[in-house]
Amino acid sequence: MPIKSAFTTTIDHVSILDVNANFDEKLGAGLIPDADLVRLYEHMCVCRHLDEVAFKLQRSGRMGTFPQNMGQEATSMGAAYALDKTDWLVPCYRENAGLFWRGLPMEMILLHWMGDERGNAIPRELYCMPLAIPIGTQMLHATGLAWASKYRGEKRLACTFFGDGATSEGDFHEAMNFAANLDIPVIFFCQNNFWAISVPGKIQCSAPTVAQRAVAYGMDTIQCDGNDIFAVVYCVRKAASLAREKGRPFFIEAVTYRLGDHTTADDARRYRDQAEVDAWKTRDPILRIRKFLTTRGLWDDAKEAALAERAQRDVSSAVERAESIAPPNRDDFFNNMFATIPPDLALQRDTMQTHGIGQDPSQIEGAVIELPAKTSH
Amino acid sequence: MANLTLVQAINLALIQEMERDERVLILGEDVGLNGGVFRVTEGLHKRFGDKRVVDTPLAESGIIGASIGLAMAGLRPIPEIQFEGFLGPAYDQICSHAARMRTRTRGAMTVPLTIRIPVGGGIHAPELHSDSPETIYIHQPGIKVVMPSSPYDAKGLLISAIRDPDPVMFFEPKRIYRAFREEVPEDEYTLPLGKARVVCEGNEMTIVSWGASVVQCMQAIERGGRSIELIDLRTLYPFDMDAVEASVKKTGRCVIVHEAPKTCGFGAEIAARIMERCFLYLESPVQRVAGFDTIMPYYKLELDYMPDADRIARAIEETAAY
Repeated sequence: MPIKSAFTTTIDHVSILDVNANFDEKLGAGLIPDADLVRLYEHMCVCRHLDEVAFKLQRSGRMGTFPQNMGQEATSMGAAYALDKTDWLVPCYRENAGLFWRGLPMEMILLHWMGDERGNAIPRELYCMPLAIPIGTQMLHATGLAWASKYRGEKRLACTFFGDGATSEGDFHEAMNFAANLDIPVIFFCQNNFWAISVPGKIQCSAPTVAQRAVAYGMDTIQCDGNDIFAVVYCVRKAASLAREKGRPFFIEAVTYRLGDHTTADDARRYRDQAEVDAWKTRDPILRIRKFLTTRGLWDDAKEAALAERAQRDVSSAVERAESIAPPNRDDFFNNMFATIPPDLALQRDTMQTHGIGQDPSQIEGAVIELPAKTSH
Repeated sequence: MANLTLVQAINLALIQEMERDERVLILGEDVGLNGGVFRVTEGLHKRFGDKRVVDTPLAESGIIGASIGLAMAGLRPIPEIQFEGFLGPAYDQICSHAARMRTRTRGAMTVPLTIRIPVGGGIHAPELHSDSPETIYIHQPGIKVVMPSSPYDAKGLLISAIRDPDPVMFFEPKRIYRAFREEVPEDEYTLPLGKARVVCEGNEMTIVSWGASVVQCMQAIERGGRSIELIDLRTLYPFDMDAVEASVKKTGRCVIVHEAPKTCGFGAEIAARIMERCFLYLESPVQRVAGFDTIMPYYKLELDYMPDADRIARAIEETAAY
């Protein structure tokens, strides 16, 4: 018998607004109304400014480690724009733009990176999950969140974000397999930014596209220019309609680039060429929208100057709100462990001691304790 | 002799073992060109090439599972898990395979690997970058667990771990990666696994600790005027109960200090062993100064969580008063 082809497929790539701001009218017309595009642009610029300020805050000791989002703003922003406000956003930690678009106050992200759990106390009505620090774990939660929608007969879907590195983790594959085989309406949104800290994408995936991974799970997939907000919106709408109408998951590979270091604790010059970074700087998602808006007469230098001023104002007031919050109460890390604190834990909280005598000084009643001079941290 | 930080001492041990034994290879996330996120493997990629210093896909279960295969084939892999908080995915491979391969094959297959893991808090790191999970792996039969508290010990213990025929988890307290320097011989040397170090001698009380907490214990001891014997366990499994027993029989009082949560922390095991071996010698109940039974708080509050010299000093005085 001749050997026959068992399966063939192709992966589509979507690009609508290219590096030079050439616009594909056929795909892009009506996709994002002008007024919305202006708002999206402004929002991305504010987010970029936050990135710059956060970097300086870290360098001056006012904030801990911070992962810059620079260069990737169009991905989560486009997704948050294209989705319903009550669809779940299940982020990794480089999705500030999308979370802010949804309505997450900027100071919450700052608080998180300032080492304060209150930054994760996200209002339920925003339908945003807190940042996920362990790589590639949150896609399963998105699968569960979307499963709950299906269970309840709701149309709410979940969109989860992750990088190319995360697609190496076992949990990623389990999430894809669950969603595909159990018909769960999740959008798996891979921000392929080519670098997992210092490890290049080719160590994570030998196939020409990350999108191909979805094919193996029987899941529809598409690749897009992740620095093109039109392409992102196009793909997310397509994914969302499939998810809502057919209850099926969808995989998007958005090709983008991490223009900054992995975090402020990293120095990317150690492992990647500046020429590569410079080349990607010309593909910055913000630049091409500005060019597009300008050629359409929707943007000018005066507006740009006003925006810069607004960005500065918005970000500094967010920083002020984050920094002026009262110091956290140390009871909080005890009180939030369970709905009801167990007695033994309450004893630890109330004495701030773990040693038995410290918790019950009656054991040494009458003894005179002279403690050596205290130190403060 | 060279005056080295803990990071440099580990780096030196890795270089020497790789030069000595070509079966030794390093694998993990960012260990190659980047030299590791803490620079522990700095320069090794350049020196030994990408066959022996391997940047892997971002997958902790993969790193450990593949290392088990490498080890069973006769190599000496040294996988790195980037932070203790990311051990989760590797747990299955460590506990379901590495730990039990020797016994389930009755010695036909062994897993000589050394897993390096930065551990503990106190460096203002993000969440899941500051935990102290050593007890989980001490509790798992079949794994040796090491946690040095000084550059000298780190080098000698790591070399022993690499040469050990069984799986070793080598926890590196990141709070003291660069906190101080110490004279470290340039020649290779080993320190036996399972032997404690008496950091300072005394006869009024015994303090047992390990890892970065040893430094806090020293601060507390230096502040008071008491004669205290500080024992750094160095290896947590197998652990040197003989050293603890000898000291407690001499002093009659014991405080155990660790950063991990109190409940079922390794201090519980030591306290129970002291009960078994030293009951009639005790002048006061064994005390534990430990992390609280909560999730390690984000860094604004991390120092409230971790045992510090104040809490240790108070426990010392109260135990002495009993």
